[in-house]
Amino acid sequence: MRITCPLCGSRDRREFYYYGAADYLARPAEGAGLEAWDAYLHLRDNPAGMTKDLWYHEAGCSAWIEVTRDTTSHAVLSSRLVAAVESADLPGRSAPARKKAAPRKKKGTS
Amino acid sequence: MRYNGLNVIWQGLVGNTGWKPAWRTPVPKSAYDAIIIGGGGHGLSTAYYLAKNHGLNNIAVLEKGYLGGGNVGRNTTIVRANYFLPGNQEFYSHSLKLWEGLEAELNYNVMHSQRGLVNLFHSDGQRDAFVRRGNAMAAQGDDAVLLDREGVRELLPYLDYDQARFPIHGGLLHPRGGTARHDAVAWGYARAADRRGVDLIQNCEVTGIDIEAGRVTGVQTTQGPIRAPKVGMVVAGRSGQVAAMAGMRLPVESHVLQAFVTEGLKPVIDHVISFGMGHFYISQSDKGGLVFGGDLDFYASYAARGNLPMVEHVMEAGMTLMPMIGRAKVLRSWGGIMDMTPDGSPIIDRTHVEGLFVDCGWNYGGFKAVPASGWCMAHLMATGEPHPVARRFRLNRFATGDLLDEEGTGSQHNLH
Ligand SMILES: Cc1cc2nc3c(=O)[nH]c(=O)nc-3n(C[C@H](O)[C@H](O)[C@H](O)COP(=O)(O)OP(=O)(O)OC[C@H]3O[C@@H](n4cnc5c(N)ncnc54)[C@H](O)[C@@H]3O)c2cc1C
Ligand SMILES: [Zn+2]
Repeated sequence: MRITCPLCGSRDRREFYYYGAADYLARPAEGAGLEAWDAYLHLRDNPAGMTKDLWYHEAGCSAWIEVTRDTTSHAVLSSRLVAAVESADLPGRSAPARKKAAPRKKKGTS
Repeated sequence: MRYNGLNVIWQGLVGNTGWKPAWRTPVPKSAYDAIIIGGGGHGLSTAYYLAKNHGLNNIAVLEKGYLGGGNVGRNTTIVRANYFLPGNQEFYSHSLKLWEGLEAELNYNVMHSQRGLVNLFHSDGQRDAFVRRGNAMAAQGDDAVLLDREGVRELLPYLDYDQARFPIHGGLLHPRGGTARHDAVAWGYARAADRRGVDLIQNCEVTGIDIEAGRVTGVQTTQGPIRAPKVGMVVAGRSGQVAAMAGMRLPVESHVLQAFVTEGLKPVIDHVISFGMGHFYISQSDKGGLVFGGDLDFYASYAARGNLPMVEHVMEAGMTLMPMIGRAKVLRSWGGIMDMTPDGSPIIDRTHVEGLFVDCGWNYGGFKAVPASGWCMAHLMATGEPHPVARRFRLNRFATGDLLDEEGTGSQHNLH
């Protein structure tokens, strides 16, 4: 799987950290209730087919990218900078935490 | 027909002409007392215990493909009860006890092999964490033995004890941990449920869930509508889609997990070995293949296959741990659709729809849970109340904060 970074071009998937569904861009407004936060953090459409999710170009330019993919074929269809998504679609909403993602922890057997 | 040694000998003498199909192929009735969506391990065991423990035998399992074609036939077969958190501990402990009586219970050889599971550690901090886990396991009534480096060497002499990056300091041995034949578990529960009158309906995809005035009334399927006052959604990686039919969004994101098997070799690995720091684990099947795997690919996927970076990573980790496997040829690799919850623990609960229940969120660890999940889901569907050992597996625990984050990595789908 290769992912197109709008700044760096087509790059190996290993350069990117996967954060989760693009739902993370729709952060509830200040004062939103518990349900809104639960939905934002935990509940997912989890589509089999077209999805939009967030990737961080960790080993590249450090941009946050919204990638449109097909979860049934792993085809990467398009991508754009989260910064661009924000100003285009989501006025007044802030991007995911910009800090570097924590390294993954070990896990046991399955 | 009961399976026993005499029958095997007798059938040998008569040219194996007397074996019957292990279960019927019924035409779906127009209505049942309860319907289970999904003919994987959990759906089949739920149906079995509904019939056995709660006397419900006018029930059906609806499977869109064939029985056991999902994750229950794709996993790496590890069965263990080495969980740490109250809420998980008692559940997996109950499951392991059910495993220990499963073959007699089902009259089916599921090849449950308690060969012992060793979790390796490589630092003092990791050792302390395993000591704590081992004590928790012992307090729960399960077994755990702390091994030092020499203790591990005695059991697993073929590991690389000289590597500098992850020096082997010791391991936590869980003697009752082991493996089982995954397909046989599905087939055994299927046959035993069928014998109690459960209709197992294959090639029957549920396409809709009927709800009237907040109550479930039945399902729409590719073989027509079927009515039932109780419906259980037990579809693992497909939980998101099936729950959506009832207007629900679940705290689940489906990811891909890969696994690998080599050509058959002579017995060489006697235990299940987990090399957590390398994201690698391995055992040897009874056919001789080395069965191994690693972490998720770590992105949402329904492809039931993964990508090459994780293949490379797993192979590297295997070579780091036990260079002897370098000459073994990998026969196959595959992937399964994992229903990941934010805290890595499962859900067995009611829903906002009366009579509709959900059993999902098994992540990459639901094979060992097959007996207890069915036991507890059947209890919930029959009595309306959560079973005591599954009482923490609530659907709303992410909203209430009652998380079961076994690894302590945080409440986010891709961190487990
Ligand atoms: C590579 C790999 C390794 C693993 N290793 C281990 C391990 O070592 N130990 C362990 O404990 N666990 C392991 N697991 C996890 C374990 O396999 C799963 O958690 C468990 O099998 C899931 O429950 P199940 O058996 O009911 O799922 P499945 O077998 O996937 O059953 C779900 C069924 O629902 C059916 N279905 C879906 N949608 C519909 C519909 N609309 N209508 C009708 N039917 C439908 C599907 O066809 C499927 O048969 C592993 C998984 C994988 C992929
Ligand atoms: Zn870039």
